[in-house]
Amino acid sequence: MFAFIINRILQAIPVMLAVALISFAMFAYVGDPVAIMLGQDFTEAQRDALVHDLGLDQPFWVQFATFTGHAIRGEFGLSYRLSRPVAELIGERAPATLELAFCAAVLALAVGVPMGVYTGLYRNSWLSRFFLTFSLVGVSLPTFLIGILLILVFAVWLGWLPSFGRGDTVQLGWWSTGFLTWSGIKALILPSITLGLFQLTLIMRLVRAEMLEVLRTDYIKFARARGLPNRAVHFGHALKNTLVPVITIVGLQLGAIIAFAIVTETVFQWPGMGLLFIQSVGVADIPVMSAYLLLIALVFVSINLIVDLLYYAVDPRLRIGRGKGGH
Amino acid sequence: MRKLLMAAALAVGLSAGMAEARTVRWAASGDPNTMDPHSQNVGTVTMVLQQIYDPLIQRTQELGLAPGLATRWEQVEPNRWRFWLRDGVKFHDGQAFTGEDVVFSIMRAREPTSNYGIYVDTVERAVLAEPMVVDVITSTPDPILPNKIASVMMMSRAWSEQHNATRPQNTRAREEMFTTRNTNGTGAFRLQSREPDVRTVMVRNTEWWGWNEPASREANITEIIYRPITSDATRVAALLSGEVDFVLDPPLQDLARLRAAPNIKVTEGPEVRTIFIAMDVNRDELLYSDVRGRNPLKDLRVRQALYQAIDIQAIHRTTMRGQSVVTGTLFPPQVNGYTAAEDVRLPYDQARARALLAEAGYPNGFEITLDCPNNRYINDEQICQAVVAMWARVGVRARLNSMPLAPFFAKIQRDDTSIYLLGWGVPTLDALYSFQSLLRSRDGGAGNGIWNYGRYSNPRMDELIVRMQTQSGEPRNEAIREALRLYREDVPHIPLHHQMIPWAMRSTFTIPHMANNQPYFRWARMN
Repeated sequence: MFAFIINRILQAIPVMLAVALISFAMFAYVGDPVAIMLGQDFTEAQRDALVHDLGLDQPFWVQFATFTGHAIRGEFGLSYRLSRPVAELIGERAPATLELAFCAAVLALAVGVPMGVYTGLYRNSWLSRFFLTFSLVGVSLPTFLIGILLILVFAVWLGWLPSFGRGDTVQLGWWSTGFLTWSGIKALILPSITLGLFQLTLIMRLVRAEMLEVLRTDYIKFARARGLPNRAVHFGHALKNTLVPVITIVGLQLGAIIAFAIVTETVFQWPGMGLLFIQSVGVADIPVMSAYLLLIALVFVSINLIVDLLYYAVDPRLRIGRGKGGH
Repeated sequence: MRKLLMAAALAVGLSAGMAEARTVRWAASGDPNTMDPHSQNVGTVTMVLQQIYDPLIQRTQELGLAPGLATRWEQVEPNRWRFWLRDGVKFHDGQAFTGEDVVFSIMRAREPTSNYGIYVDTVERAVLAEPMVVDVITSTPDPILPNKIASVMMMSRAWSEQHNATRPQNTRAREEMFTTRNTNGTGAFRLQSREPDVRTVMVRNTEWWGWNEPASREANITEIIYRPITSDATRVAALLSGEVDFVLDPPLQDLARLRAAPNIKVTEGPEVRTIFIAMDVNRDELLYSDVRGRNPLKDLRVRQALYQAIDIQAIHRTTMRGQSVVTGTLFPPQVNGYTAAEDVRLPYDQARARALLAEAGYPNGFEITLDCPNNRYINDEQICQAVVAMWARVGVRARLNSMPLAPFFAKIQRDDTSIYLLGWGVPTLDALYSFQSLLRSRDGGAGNGIWNYGRYSNPRMDELIVRMQTQSGEPRNEAIREALRLYREDVPHIPLHHQMIPWAMRSTFTIPHMANNQPYFRWARMN
């Protein structure tokens, strides 16, 4: 078990390095931060001094080595745009993104699983057909359009919910939460739906397919033959056995929700990490962009590791295989 | 007794009147990068900081000059401007404003890490003549120093020294500067709280010296909440749903809808920003063209042909939806030196354009790449698309290379372009600023030709620019007029239009529309 984890962590290191290198190489093409920092009026001498101060006159590999060396120590320097430490900026933005991702994931699960079970059990009811049609919308409409439609209906026409921002937040230590105020909770609703809709429909379709599969198996037929009530058959036996792949997908999708909250955060001006990233791209704020990309890589690597460990715990075959010394 | 009661009631009534909160919730697409008044010279920063800090000389609603922290000023010697300071002004932290602070602030703006160097480029040093009289000594006679000083905000010397912020910014430092998030000005509003990219709250400084000035007497805003909203659609939705009261930069495509909405009004006026196309008139062979061995843009006839092929009225009508002022000159009428007689375009004439091209030896036109930003000016990419289509009709096959502002500016600043679209604002409101940056030969002198990426160079133009820098009065005006005439004759640029700026707000809110695209809440009113 321990060796397995060490092995996985060792495998993660080249992945992280590759991400760092690729993201760093990309920055050569996003533009020149110096041009933006200098503004409309500058002299050549000022320009050269700034390039030198930022270390941009050094060769690519030297810049990359310096960056990696600092990154290992958790130092990402100052944001070019905001002149503030990058770690601090990301730390400030993380709670907003994580709370949004959490709400979106809970929504996707709490609505997606029951809908999947229902459509699996009652394949031909009109409600199932409605759910399936609705899920097509969720899969096919781009996120920004869903967001704008929700804003139009619930903020502009009905005036029920705010169109942007996080509402009032409460500071719990370094964590700022929107869960403790009414306006904070109201502000979470539309972005959570926007962000979670795709995952919701994905989970629903997955659960439905798995349910259809499981309901055909012998042990379900046997359970019915034993005269167990429908409820016990559907939820105790069928659903339980569909959940293994669902958990896997949800785990991986959680990473995707955090990483791809960018669009939702931009539409709703949600002050999270994704919005920070987009604003940084606009002005070629290299320290923030590289830190963000590394962080997202770290999130994916960690989630993959956890999922691997879950497999290890859930699937006895993996353990037996290792016990025998491999085949 | 009765009198006393009445007095008490009056006092209560008065204080209740004063205490009535008038909050304005304001949104725009960008957030200020810093709260340091001498660091970043961009509109998104100054739109917040000029509520908090005062300059020596203020702008009027017509962008003229009016007393600010200086009550009067005079060029006492050719190289010496004298400023008499206002008495009894206090910084937000309670300290008195003195001449020491002025000397400190002007010298701070001269630091190499300041973005405001252009406003103090001729300043050699500032000295205290008397406690409340400051002399600014210039290296050459500078007739337009007051225009420039109007953009330099005054900080407290003691406060800056106490917080280790005597220089505007330090990119070498690995930690944040105090002034990045804190302020201490003398202005009409004080910074109450700031969360970068989320919310900036300013409250009325009841002790501000200017509340009794005629323009501010009716102003009643007690609190400003600024929140950036990046997405155009969301910003408009927030205004329509009543979550914000004032949007500084509503998108053009939504203006019709906003005008039709109840409780919303749109005010508009010209901005001091001119959009033009500049050309490489220096290289012997263009970087991005199929013409080998010569540079077609060096030929005046080709430049005129490209100019005359553009149907500017169509761009005005369709691309800009009427929100532009068509021009044939370098800067708009608000700028000192503008001459209506020189604001004449070469007429739109495709036949003439084709004839000129044929005459210059390009009867079948040529290929060229037009570099264009796509998120910097109003409808910038659409303008370029229209221009490319118009050139195609006279046989010039232009490829459009449009990109976001970050790579765009990096590219043109390497002189890596053959022809490009640019917009130019004039914060000093004086002709020199445009001529010096855009048309002066790049000779290494501070500010000379730093945005002249077509490398236009004409000795006569350089001579006229030197005259603008050193002379005053009628000889200077004559130099500007001649330079404008030369600009028309030489066609180093193809001028297109001055931008119009719409502001959208709730109908209960009034604020004077400013051609520098800056809202002044000290003149605003919420009913």
